[in-house]
Amino acid sequence: MDLCQIHADRCKGCELCVQFCPKHALEMSEERNAAGYHPAVLAHPELCNGCAMCAQMCPETGIEIYRRQKRARQDAVNQG
Amino acid sequence: MTTAMNSQDGMNKQNGGAVASEDLVDLKCVFERPKSLSDKPFHYCPGCSHGTYHRLIAEMIDEFGFMDNTVGICPVGCAVFAYEYFETDMIEASHGRAPAVATGVKRALPDRFVFTYQGDGDLASIGMGEIIHAAARGERITVFFVNNGIFGMTGGQMAPTSLIGQRTTTSVQGRDPRTTGHPIKVCELLSSLEGVAYLARVALTSPKNINTCRKYMRKAIRAQTEDVGLGLVEVLSPCPVQWGMSPGDALHHIEEDVVKEFPPGEFVDKLAGPVKA
Amino acid sequence: MPAKMQLTKGNEALAMGAIAGGCDCFFGYPITPQNEVPEVLSYELPKRGRVFVQAESEVASINMVYGAAAAGKRAMTSSSSPGVSLMMEGLSYIACAELPCLIVNVMRGGPGLGSITPSQGDYFQACKGGGHGDYHSIVLAPWNVQEMYEFPALAFELADRYRCPAMLLADGVLGAMMEPAEISDDAPPPNVPEKPWATNGRNGRAHKNVVNSLVIDPYGLRDHNLKLQAKYKAMECETRWDTRDVDDAEILVVAYGISARLALSGCKLARKQGIKAGLLRPITLFPFPSKQIAECATNKKRILVVELSAGQMVEDVRLAVNGKVPVDFYGEMGGVIPSPAEVCEKIVEAAR
Ligand SMILES: Cc1ncc(C[n+]2csc(CCOP(=O)(O)OP(=O)(O)O)c2C)c(N)n1
Ligand code: SF4
Ligand code: SF4
Ligand code: SF4
Ligand SMILES: [Mg+2]
Repeated sequence: MDLCQIHADRCKGCELCVQFCPKHALEMSEERNAAGYHPAVLAHPELCNGCAMCAQMCPETGIEIYRRQKRARQDAVNQG
Repeated sequence: MTTAMNSQDGMNKQNGGAVASEDLVDLKCVFERPKSLSDKPFHYCPGCSHGTYHRLIAEMIDEFGFMDNTVGICPVGCAVFAYEYFETDMIEASHGRAPAVATGVKRALPDRFVFTYQGDGDLASIGMGEIIHAAARGERITVFFVNNGIFGMTGGQMAPTSLIGQRTTTSVQGRDPRTTGHPIKVCELLSSLEGVAYLARVALTSPKNINTCRKYMRKAIRAQTEDVGLGLVEVLSPCPVQWGMSPGDALHHIEEDVVKEFPPGEFVDKLAGPVKA
Repeated sequence: MPAKMQLTKGNEALAMGAIAGGCDCFFGYPITPQNEVPEVLSYELPKRGRVFVQAESEVASINMVYGAAAAGKRAMTSSSSPGVSLMMEGLSYIACAELPCLIVNVMRGGPGLGSITPSQGDYFQACKGGGHGDYHSIVLAPWNVQEMYEFPALAFELADRYRCPAMLLADGVLGAMMEPAEISDDAPPPNVPEKPWATNGRNGRAHKNVVNSLVIDPYGLRDHNLKLQAKYKAMECETRWDTRDVDDAEILVVAYGISARLALSGCKLARKQGIKAGLLRPITLFPFPSKQIAECATNKKRILVVELSAGQMVEDVRLAVNGKVPVDFYGEMGGVIPSPAEVCEKIVEAAR
């Protein structure tokens, strides 16, 4: 699952998330959402580290962020 | 709380990448819609910070556990529908009078958390009398003030907070101080009043500033809950549509120009003693 | 202490009546001739753990009332004509948002700053809405100090019943006059209905409450207006009026408040001269006793309306009788108060 989940239907295409993503993981979609805006998409999920800069800046509260958490057991693998 | 995370701290320092073995790690939601924010999509223009400030208020209500205990007062202005967006009890006030309405609620129900949400036309133009006297009386209310330097809702007319030279639909040549005066600085103006317990201004222009805003909001809320006096946080907010700028450019304009007229910072903090110069 | 007869000033009786009527919160700004109302309440309300705030203006006062009423409390303000004019936007919001509250207007001479002398020049403002949009307040018009004491409780009760603002329309004479009245210093608290709509914090409630006067959808706003109009129609059963010596009268005098007292004395003088005159006194000015006036007027020769105005209520009396009985008007303005003899003279003229 992607760490950055954009609710395309809430998006108004303001591009602030794209501009504030330090990893350049986001782009604006060519598609239109129900309201007629070009929504932001996580074009490069492999670059995303879940820093939530995008979500902080999103005026629509249209982005959810997840973080990986180590399992309690020591043998859990944290991916790089 | 889950929503008011600090974007700087506690960040995953590793360089992203999809999760290779999902069964070996848990995915934890660290940023989601606050519970006190309703599901309804905002009616604001793209890039407008009204939505951002709404979210921050809802985060605070969640953080303080006030959803059951809050009465919010909406302004007349673009945020006139704010009552649709919060899960708390809400009152829609007439233009500028939210501090008087809040006074009525708070005096009637002193143990409720009472906030107003007001634009600069609402608070600094038509409602200047109400905010000054609420502040002077030290009403135990919290004021969330959105300064976007313009009358957004009515189509981009000059506000008392418009910058000198700013072109608006009622100052097409740019605001002329000779005939329209100078911008009113609400925090500076209110800071002389004894009833004020907390006053701060912040530009909602970056994740860092948004986090600063949270810090200020916490104090403005504590000013009420700890019975110290009136708390107010002014946010410098973009109105991309009426400014005729892209959302990104509007934020740059705030950081380049607006902050020169409206310096951010804390003006009064009676929670922690006077602010050091 | 049980109620006892006390020589009391009208404004003070009104203040004590507000307390007896369960006023939780008072917000007001000083203006003559009603200053005793906030003065008494500033002392008496806090003593009882209730709220008194001297607001910075009447604009603020009415909006504080809006807030406290939305919070589910019995809230009121008191003012006089220019101050009540300033409250009109807020009153319109209160009516649309369907909040119960009490507004007192101890009328003074207008227009403009006018004078501090008594007047009934705000009838139109009180009864026809006053602010913008199609709305009404319940309007009660006391005529003596006893009613100044009793009507705040009645006003609160009616306001709660219909979820609308109620106005007590008095004048400078009633406010300043001293009369014996049965006043209680510690009346038992009145029964206040539940207010499940109040914005008082959810406190476990499954849904949020919103107090609002914004209905952006045209059909929605039309429907809300229809609902308000239906409510105003339903209020007709609350119409109150009083009659004196009307059965055999040939001249019917219609007057309210202080004018009704002068008119009653005028009627008595006229009877001494052999002219049968009687008084009909509207107690509720909204709802207006139109039917009662029409019924009472059927066997009358003429109607005389007496007001301290250029002729405001007279329009409603004319509408009530709809041309069936001629309606004369006698009014004074600017604080000039006609004597009973002058009213009698007008009755005599009407009878000719
Ligand atoms: C008594 C009254 N006067 C004027 C208006 C029209 N009006 C509505 S919003 C507004 C200005 C709002 O500007 P601001 O408070 O800065 O809010 P923004 O839309 O910029 O967020 C005005 C003048 C009104 N609704 N009521
Ligand atoms: S969470 Fe951070 S890295 Fe990922 S898309 Fe958002 S801003 Fe970019
Ligand atoms: S910040 Fe939000 S609204 Fe703006 S483009 Fe990104 S997801 Fe869409
Ligand atoms: S007009 Fe301006 S303040 Fe109003 S919603 Fe649009 S961007 Fe926001
Ligand atoms: Mg504005």
